[in-house]
Amino acid sequence: MSVTRLVLNEPQAMRFEINRAALVDQKIFEAERGKIFERCWLYVGHESEVKNPGDFRTRTICGRPILFCRDSASELRVFLNTCRHRGTVVCREAEGNAERYTCFYHGWTYDRDGKLYAVPGQSAYPPSFDKSQLGLQPPPKVDNYRGFVFLNFDAKAVSLREYLGRATEYIDLVLDQSPSGRMEVIHGTQEYDIRANWKLLVENSFDDYHLITTHATWLDYLKSSGVEIKRPEKGHVLPSHGLGRDLGGGHGTTDNVNFRGRPVAAWIPIYGDAAKPELERIRSEVTARLGAERARRVCDTNRNLLIFPNLVLLDGSSVSVRSFQPTAPDRMRVRAWALGPVEETSLAREVRLDSFLTFYGPGGFATPDDIEALESVQTGLGTYKEVQWSPLSRGMAKEGDQLNTDEAHLRAFWIQWDKLMRGA
Amino acid sequence: MMETARAEVEDFLFHEASLLDAWRLDEWLQLLTDDATYRVPSNDRPQSDPKSALFTIADDIRRIRARVTRLKDPHAHAESPRSRTRRMIANVRIVGDNPLVVEANFVIYRFRGNEDVRQYVGRYRHTLERRDGKLKIRSREAIMTRWSSPPWVQ
Repeated sequence: MSVTRLVLNEPQAMRFEINRAALVDQKIFEAERGKIFERCWLYVGHESEVKNPGDFRTRTICGRPILFCRDSASELRVFLNTCRHRGTVVCREAEGNAERYTCFYHGWTYDRDGKLYAVPGQSAYPPSFDKSQLGLQPPPKVDNYRGFVFLNFDAKAVSLREYLGRATEYIDLVLDQSPSGRMEVIHGTQEYDIRANWKLLVENSFDDYHLITTHATWLDYLKSSGVEIKRPEKGHVLPSHGLGRDLGGGHGTTDNVNFRGRPVAAWIPIYGDAAKPELERIRSEVTARLGAERARRVCDTNRNLLIFPNLVLLDGSSVSVRSFQPTAPDRMRVRAWALGPVEETSLAREVRLDSFLTFYGPGGFATPDDIEALESVQTGLGTYKEVQWSPLSRGMAKEGDQLNTDEAHLRAFWIQWDKLMRGA
Repeated sequence: MMETARAEVEDFLFHEASLLDAWRLDEWLQLLTDDATYRVPSNDRPQSDPKSALFTIADDIRRIRARVTRLKDPHAHAESPRSRTRRMIANVRIVGDNPLVVEANFVIYRFRGNEDVRQYVGRYRHTLERRDGKLKIRSREAIMTRWSSPPWVQ
């Protein structure tokens, strides 16, 4: 039996509860930065967002201004976006292409590979001044898994590959949508704030228990447009079978039989008759390339994959990359992108983007109700001193597979969170 | 062709905003043509095509109607209980005659429960058409000014 202050985990008694202070308390929020975010691999961006030498994007990650770019040799680079002189943010544009990066304050200029190129009036510095030591500083670790670029503020962290562990199986399934295994971020960022603790979005992103009640109007929209929604089997709450999987290291995923449309490659009437042959063509390409069994997994199953702590790949009505930055105990900033195969035809791309908007994002038919749920939870948690614990024990009494509506994968997240918070 | 004066366009846009503020959504739908579109581009790609860039909203008339159906349903939790909104439409300009293209600034103040205000600031670009003597919206684009949106947009 292990009882900690924030996560109560008693497998023998089949009890698993979260202390609601974990979602509200300012001190816990501050501790998370050091114990979680400064130790884990954090998503920076996708290689396709900086295609050419000199391309850059700026981001805020774990409170740090970050410059994500490509150098003149077309290598991906990540820098802490601060001038080595006084600290000014060197690159203040959201995106673009730069020959060099010049700090406007005193004019220090850096090359695309971060080297300090020019210092106005350099001769006034004493001999100890060493330009070669004053380039833009990268985070302690930067690595890339098949185009997804991450950083780590802990120089002693395990490799990205080791960190991702079994989660790569599900990343690979997403990338298998592309004939060459290459997906790209499509132009356009959905960026929005949610007035809720970031861990509530973690849970919501791969908790399928809420689907029927929270997303009733989305299901009605599908039905009214001709999509067949089966009645759940006895003892189930969803129209199709799905699993929740603990992938180790706090990562987890749903693994669901598809009942909604998928741009790769399950046609629904919303996509329009003109798109039908194109989706059939995509499916035969996937089948010819991967064989029938894996093609079924790619085309006929959905997955919402959490990469601990704050990256989600939503592979359902479309593919969305979603990452979120906590900004206060009850606030986060979300950024979401659409991901598509680089080879996609313009018709398939159109279907993918349109399908995205039927569900995801602040104007979708589902995400606004998720956001409302999270904000309503956060408001309700104002009672956390009186109503202290939330049960998270669905499926605990079950042998074998855990369903997507069970909470084993959510528990896996919280167990890892608790382990890191206790400094284990 | 009949010349359209700004005063008439302003009256139309003010009326349209008042229907939305009053949640008279079915009457609001009557202000749209049968082939109307409604778009909200991503904040960082204000001038894009929804066929090749991710938008926040890219509706044809069917999805606009489905959106209204959804919003009227008590299970559209984001609007149940409903927000109270007040739309400010200003700086109305006719920027094209044929078709009639109208731009305007907007600020939407949205109140949920007892919360502080959430503000949506941006610019409308409308294509209007005269059908049976009345102005109707053929296309509506709402371009948000802030980099990061408040939680949701309808």
